[in-house]
Amino acid sequence: MCGIVGLFLKDPKLEPELGAMLSDMLDIMCDRGPDSAGFAVYGAGTPGFVKLTLRGPAGTDFAALGAQIGHIIVPRDTHAVLSVPAVEEMAVRAALARLAPELRVVGAGSRMELYKEVGLPLDVARRFKLETMAGTHAIGHTRMATESAVTTDGAHPFSTGPDQCLVHNGSLSNHAGVRRRLAREGVKVDTENDSEVAAAYLTYRMRGGDSLGEALEHSLGDLDGFYTFVVGTESGFGVLRDPIACKPAVMAETDSYVAFGSEYRALANLPGIGTARLFEPEPAKVYFWDRAA
Amino acid sequence: MNALNRAISRVPDESTVKFDLATAPLRDLNAALHKLTAESNETYWKVANPAGLHAIAAGLNAPVTVEIDGPVGYYCAGMNKFARVIVNGTAGVGVAENMMSGFVHVKGDASQAAGATGVGGMLVIDGNASARCGISMKGIDIVVKGSVGHMSAFMAQAGALVVLGDAGEALGDSLYEAKLFVRGSVASLGADCIEKEMREEHKALLAEKLTAAGILGEVDIGEFRRYGSARTLYHFHVDNVSSY
Repeated sequence: MCGIVGLFLKDPKLEPELGAMLSDMLDIMCDRGPDSAGFAVYGAGTPGFVKLTLRGPAGTDFAALGAQIGHIIVPRDTHAVLSVPAVEEMAVRAALARLAPELRVVGAGSRMELYKEVGLPLDVARRFKLETMAGTHAIGHTRMATESAVTTDGAHPFSTGPDQCLVHNGSLSNHAGVRRRLAREGVKVDTENDSEVAAAYLTYRMRGGDSLGEALEHSLGDLDGFYTFVVGTESGFGVLRDPIACKPAVMAETDSYVAFGSEYRALANLPGIGTARLFEPEPAKVYFWDRAA
Repeated sequence: MNALNRAISRVPDESTVKFDLATAPLRDLNAALHKLTAESNETYWKVANPAGLHAIAAGLNAPVTVEIDGPVGYYCAGMNKFARVIVNGTAGVGVAENMMSGFVHVKGDASQAAGATGVGGMLVIDGNASARCGISMKGIDIVVKGSVGHMSAFMAQAGALVVLGDAGEALGDSLYEAKLFVRGSVASLGADCIEKEMREEHKALLAEKLTAAGILGEVDIGEFRRYGSARTLYHFHVDNVSSY
């Protein structure tokens, strides 16, 4: 089944509340996906710096590792965030791979931080203190696994490019073929998960010059199966449902925010929801909200 | 005082009961509604804070009115018999699915599969209904003041679907004998669904449905077009014997 939530803030006054609002939405979607949960938050960034989100085994001593590589690593449970000058990113990644090969870089970008774990969504949100996070937009996912095992690697969001991430409700039927095609193009997909293939596909298209909107348009022809996607980028988020709209989606828009939920329940506690414009995204239609627009 | 008593507060009119879903569980509401009979004095229920919960007022079996203030989730008023259910908000998937009789009125939009498999009664949607509205309907009448999404009236067997706006792709695919009336455009017709002549008897039928929905005179019956089954799919045909 799976549940998706997303929040794009138009009103900067709400930015300190972003994590708390998303945490509540994730909790309500728990019964659509109690296996695992994850979220990506687009918070503050420093020009010229890249944020790396790391994930390690429980008990990883991130502080000691930070001392070894000469950067401050801010831990959050099994994850940690490290901000490094963009020019040093490759060197830092190489050092991390050498010093702590058990760590994975699960997300990278100027503003995105990405957290995911196995467990009940509210527990996962609390472990990472999602309710304390601020930002302009965020997407989250509660997983009921179908196409691959219940593991942290199989949890959403998937990030395959800088500041890019994707959450998916549904299942793709041609992911093996797309995975081979991407491999020929030199795009690596780390897990066996079908949704990561969709994320990698979009990254591949955008790397080739597509806007997110164009990449989503192309996915209508190239990705086969059931899907509602919510995709985050540095500047906003996009929504796409498959042409027969197999998986649910409800959106609410006010002067202060745009919100996405697999069901209305997820939106019910948002401020001003009583007067929000509620709508279901139409099948096979690309929606995008952008800060720059 | 238990949760149910806290949530139910009688207003001066003895026939009206107020129930607040923010303070008591949905199961208590539905259990209380299921106990109602034709003889019950509590004939008008006002439900607050539905918050998109699923199966609100599903399975009613008494001639009462349940008015819900806000958006409801899946299967609201499902299997309804005799009751009038009013939703002052949007409705999730499968509103009034398998309704047997009664009247369900959604004052906002409805999600997918509104009125699915309905056997009788009437469903009125003031806004739009998304995909598969009236799928496999078996006698229910559905009036949508806005538009309906793709695959509406798929395998619809009986009853009438009246759409004041437009219909999405594959309207009436594999249709049986349900009668479809659309005032606006139809993106495409499904397999075995064709446009049919709008004769006087059909105008009379449409007028009857609009009257029941309370909107006779608000729209021009002459603007509607009628769609029905070409009846080539559901009769046995010897040429198709190898497919059966």
